[in-house]
Amino acid sequence: MRKYRSLLLVGLLVVASLFVLTACGKDKGDGKIKIGVVNNPPSESGYREANVKDMEKVFSEANGYDLKTFYSDKNDDQLQAAKGFITDGVDYLLISAAETTGWDDVLKEAKEAGVKVYLFDRKINVSESLYEAAVISDMAKEGETAVNWLLAQNLPEYKVIHIQGAMGSDAQIGRTGALDAQFASGKMKKVVQQTAGWDEAEAKKIVESVINSGEDFNVIYAENDGMAKGAVAALDEAGITHGVDGKVIVIGFDCNKWALRELLAKKWNYDGQCSPFQAQIISDLIKSGKTPANKIIINEEKGFDATTITQSDIDTYGLGE
Amino acid sequence: MKEKMKAFFAAFLRLCKRIGAFFGRVCKNLMDGGMAIPIIALLLLVVFNLIRDPGFFGIGIQHNNDGNVVLAGNIISIINGASELAILAMGMTLVTAACGGQDISVGAAAAIAGSAFVKVLKASSSISGGTVVLAFVCSCIVAMIFAAFNGTLVAVFKIQPMIATLILYTCGRSIAYWINGGATPTVSSPIISGIGSFIPGIPVPTPVIIVAIMTILFGLLFRFTSLRLFTQSVGVNGSAARLNGINSTFIKLLSFIILGVCVSVAGCIGVSRLGLINHETLLIDIEMDAILAVAIGGNSLGGGRFRISGSIIGAYVIQMLTITLYAMRVSSTDVKAYKAIVIILLVVIGSPVVKEKFGKFMTRLVHGRKRVSAKGAEE
Repeated sequence: MRKYRSLLLVGLLVVASLFVLTACGKDKGDGKIKIGVVNNPPSESGYREANVKDMEKVFSEANGYDLKTFYSDKNDDQLQAAKGFITDGVDYLLISAAETTGWDDVLKEAKEAGVKVYLFDRKINVSESLYEAAVISDMAKEGETAVNWLLAQNLPEYKVIHIQGAMGSDAQIGRTGALDAQFASGKMKKVVQQTAGWDEAEAKKIVESVINSGEDFNVIYAENDGMAKGAVAALDEAGITHGVDGKVIVIGFDCNKWALRELLAKKWNYDGQCSPFQAQIISDLIKSGKTPANKIIINEEKGFDATTITQSDIDTYGLGE
Repeated sequence: MKEKMKAFFAAFLRLCKRIGAFFGRVCKNLMDGGMAIPIIALLLLVVFNLIRDPGFFGIGIQHNNDGNVVLAGNIISIINGASELAILAMGMTLVTAACGGQDISVGAAAAIAGSAFVKVLKASSSISGGTVVLAFVCSCIVAMIFAAFNGTLVAVFKIQPMIATLILYTCGRSIAYWINGGATPTVSSPIISGIGSFIPGIPVPTPVIIVAIMTILFGLLFRFTSLRLFTQSVGVNGSAARLNGINSTFIKLLSFIILGVCVSVAGCIGVSRLGLINHETLLIDIEMDAILAVAIGGNSLGGGRFRISGSIIGAYVIQMLTITLYAMRVSSTDVKAYKAIVIILLVVIGSPVVKEKFGKFMTRLVHGRKRVSAKGAEE
């Protein structure tokens, strides 16, 4: 009886050790890079939706990643989640913070635990030594790209209706800056500059009032796609041609798919984008294992011209459906 | 000769008095009906605009990009642009009269209704007249359900309307987001753009026609039912109305459901104008304008007697004010401040204190100085 018992024990031990071994083996052989992403919720905007989808696409299992995500627009919840990811033992922590403050302790904790941190989309007010790199957008550059494109059209004169987004938002400040500089230099004439607060219907009213006043204009610079659509509706009702070969040049921002289709149909002229695609850049950095010389990496902004846009551009870069 | 002159002069004086008395009476009647403020405001704005720019109200005829002959000009912009507001103001008047409070969730509810409209349209492979009607009916049902929710809180649970509707005001746009997801879904179809701007062959914007239809429907509703009487009695004194056999809970609920229909119509127009739904901005801040339209229209915000035509004129006053400010190139961040100034003036002029003073002044005008002085002697 005792013999059997010891045999059973040995047997159990063997089984247990085998199990442990296989488990270890599995852990090593898997070799997936563990990523924890702390982001704002996709419901925030079309931008965020595309951003979240892009993250999921790039950090997929097929690409050798094990992705865990957490979405909240509350800083406290984000901090909790980040701590949770560190305890879980992720290799990399990717953060787009809801607020720029309060992150010091968590990032120090991450550093002690050997977790490498990348910031995307938004910067955080911490010492640069606490993160590997920050891949962010330069909103001002986005406006500059669009205005440079407009200047390259070499119109004999620029009479611009400028429809602004909600005053004080990052996107509005960035998209307004470059155009304001042109108004100041006298190169472009400001017919009207009004904020529609991202409201399509308001944009239409603004353009209608200019048309009704009989004042001449040849450029509409709307700071997002919706407002550009509102402006175009006013042009359509007044029988004013627009787009390529039209009287009025239409510029929008955000690159929604439907807006890019307007571009493809040559009804609009240009659409600029604040690029939500940072995942590939971060993935390249992780895979190469290098630390960039400059920790702040400005994500390249895209802009599409109606004369050169293709269907594949729409499929790749368009937001929404 | 001298006598003839005297007789003529006397006749002239009598005539003047008569005309004065007539206008006094008209003014007094209007004042009693509460229509003076919106009409005076409208006239002031018209005169102001005519002085500022004589061509302001010019109406042009032109071809739009679809090749239709359409009317254009500021006046068309005003009447067209105020459509959603006018429709919401109609429903809001009824709710105000019955419940003595306002629904502040109409903008959010319109976003929900509009999202439901788009959802159904996108679900079908091709957009025909039938699908649009189906989509509208669906959005109507959705809006009525949400309105019934508000109405139940107010009528059954006796919660103050502004608090009850605060719930939907806060979460409505999130619900609208859930229906369609993020970004800004678009629908394009000749039928939709026909509803939102012009039907080929008709030079008047379709939303204006829809407002006219809604006005007629309300007129018929009041003509053939006792809704007006019931609503007013519930608004004046709910318990007294109940003692007289009026189901005040039902009347309050009904007023919210009718507002729900208005919300759905307004939401669908809003979506059709541009063929896109942005749940964050569709009819944003319209609830305040709708309540203002009711107030400018001379209706008591405490409930009771009401006049829907006043609210409709109120809506056009607000829109004309906005368009005037835009035409004057006032920065749209400042527009709200200027609007506030004008509205404070209107509300003060319409207040009981000023009305009473003005009424006394009018009585003096109508009955001549004699009686007043006699009265003064008595005192």
